[in-house]
Amino acid sequence: MEPVLTVEDLSVRISGLHILQGVSFTVAPTGVTVLLGRNGVGKTTTLRAIVGLTPPAGEVRGTIRMGAQSLLARPTHRLVRGGLGYVPEDRCVFAGLTVAENLRLAERRGTIPAYDKVFALFPELDRRGRQRAGSLSGGQQQMLAIGRVLLNDNRLLLVDEPTKGLAPKVVTEVAEVLERVAESVPVLLVEQNLAVVRRLARDAVVLAAGRVAWTGDARELLLETALTKSLLGVGSAEVSSPSARSELASPAVARKDRH
Amino acid sequence: MGTVILLALTGLGLAALYFLVASGLSLVFGLADVLNFAHGLFLGVGAYGTWWAAGNLPGAGPDGFGFVLAVAFGVAAGTLVAILVELVLIRPLYSRTIEQVLVTVGLSLAGVALLQATWGADARTFPRPDWTRQVTGILGAQVPNGGLLLIVAAVLVLGAILAFLRWTRYGLVIRAGVENREMVTALGIDVRKAFTLVFAIGGAAAALAGALGGVYFGTVSPGQGGSLLIFAFIVVVIGGMGSVIGSAYAAVVVGLVQQFVNYYGTSGLGDICVVGLLAVVLLLRPQGIAGKVATA
Repeated sequence: MEPVLTVEDLSVRISGLHILQGVSFTVAPTGVTVLLGRNGVGKTTTLRAIVGLTPPAGEVRGTIRMGAQSLLARPTHRLVRGGLGYVPEDRCVFAGLTVAENLRLAERRGTIPAYDKVFALFPELDRRGRQRAGSLSGGQQQMLAIGRVLLNDNRLLLVDEPTKGLAPKVVTEVAEVLERVAESVPVLLVEQNLAVVRRLARDAVVLAAGRVAWTGDARELLLETALTKSLLGVGSAEVSSPSARSELASPAVARKDRH
Repeated sequence: MGTVILLALTGLGLAALYFLVASGLSLVFGLADVLNFAHGLFLGVGAYGTWWAAGNLPGAGPDGFGFVLAVAFGVAAGTLVAILVELVLIRPLYSRTIEQVLVTVGLSLAGVALLQATWGADARTFPRPDWTRQVTGILGAQVPNGGLLLIVAAVLVLGAILAFLRWTRYGLVIRAGVENREMVTALGIDVRKAFTLVFAIGGAAAALAGALGGVYFGTVSPGQGGSLLIFAFIVVVIGGMGSVIGSAYAAVVVGLVQQFVNYYGTSGLGDICVVGLLAVVLLLRPQGIAGKVATA
């Protein structure tokens, strides 16, 4: 199957720092591909380069294609309208607007917003329509951020650390939603929580020092404790102990792994 | 008592003038991060456009519907200039702050020079309806009608801007953009259209301030926009960059402080007090009264 996204020799320089140095990978047209790596290796920079949000002072080189279409040098709003959904790190809901207004912003002329689908996934958003988004809990804000993107049809979703800072119960809920979303649209996910990675991801791309250090099957990676430790800095106990394995495999439990 | 009422209402008239200039300035900065030093030019264009139209435009004049037509012409001219400035000069310079400042400062100087070269450096008598030269008795105070007109206009403009921000799609985009412009684009919205729109709104409000300022002062001069712009900037900072409501509150505070201190203290002391107030706000509450929120 043709990949939905192809990144070739992607280099990003921002303020003199060479953050990405020739990154190449593909995203499969179905399921979740996870982008892993220690803090500061360029995972968020990669997503932002794909969606055209590299700061104006930054320099982006290489090739990014969605299908046959080149994405580089196209303005972000056109990329998004072309089917590239983006859920940023830290949610970025509009705190001063209500939940309903946050959702209404994502509506597009000439298309019917999929409120039924969004409210089926997140019934709480329907109930809290008049509440200011800034007064929602972190988990509710994350649901709003994802729901906002799901109002429209997407060819690919970029989701940046959706479980960051969330309570374990909410992490599980978010993971369940992403699992259901990934049944209909491919997802490129940046995620530090290895329980979530194990549950959702089929393919993995690991970045190290601005380069691709490993690509392959995500579950295989997590079973290779030495490799996981060297690439992600995760202790063997966190990945390979019987209790951790059972947690990683269980949809009902999610842990907040940090490294 | 009559003196206090008179000072309060003339102070509110001044506040109305500041608000009309500051509201657009605040929205432009809040949404587009552009510190527009050329905003006074829109005021000058509105004032001179109204002055020119009252004497030359068929149907326009200093009284009745003719005056309304003259003001509408001035406002349209100011709006058009604001849109052109955004499209031609500012749009290529978004995210290049220093170049923006240089361009807008240069444009404001060039605009004043152009007005001087066209109509002379001396103040011109402003054509205004007779009733605006008269006064109205309010609680024992004889209040100039020109000031009352400004207050009514500012309240209407405030209501119109708030209704626009609250009830329209573009208003929603502007409120969201003031909070997080990048995220607005990440939802598939071309935020540059909103930039042009806030320049147009700001230009229209400033041009209206120019036209009604001409009524208030009785004259129009090339440098009028620049001197009002200084106090408008102070209002924007005190009110909170991006907040229309904050600008309204701050304009009232600045107008009243100026008027009362200038009357009960020494002439000019009110201006110094306003600068002092600005310093206090910057030290104690740098985000201003309302913070960065395009309140609707």
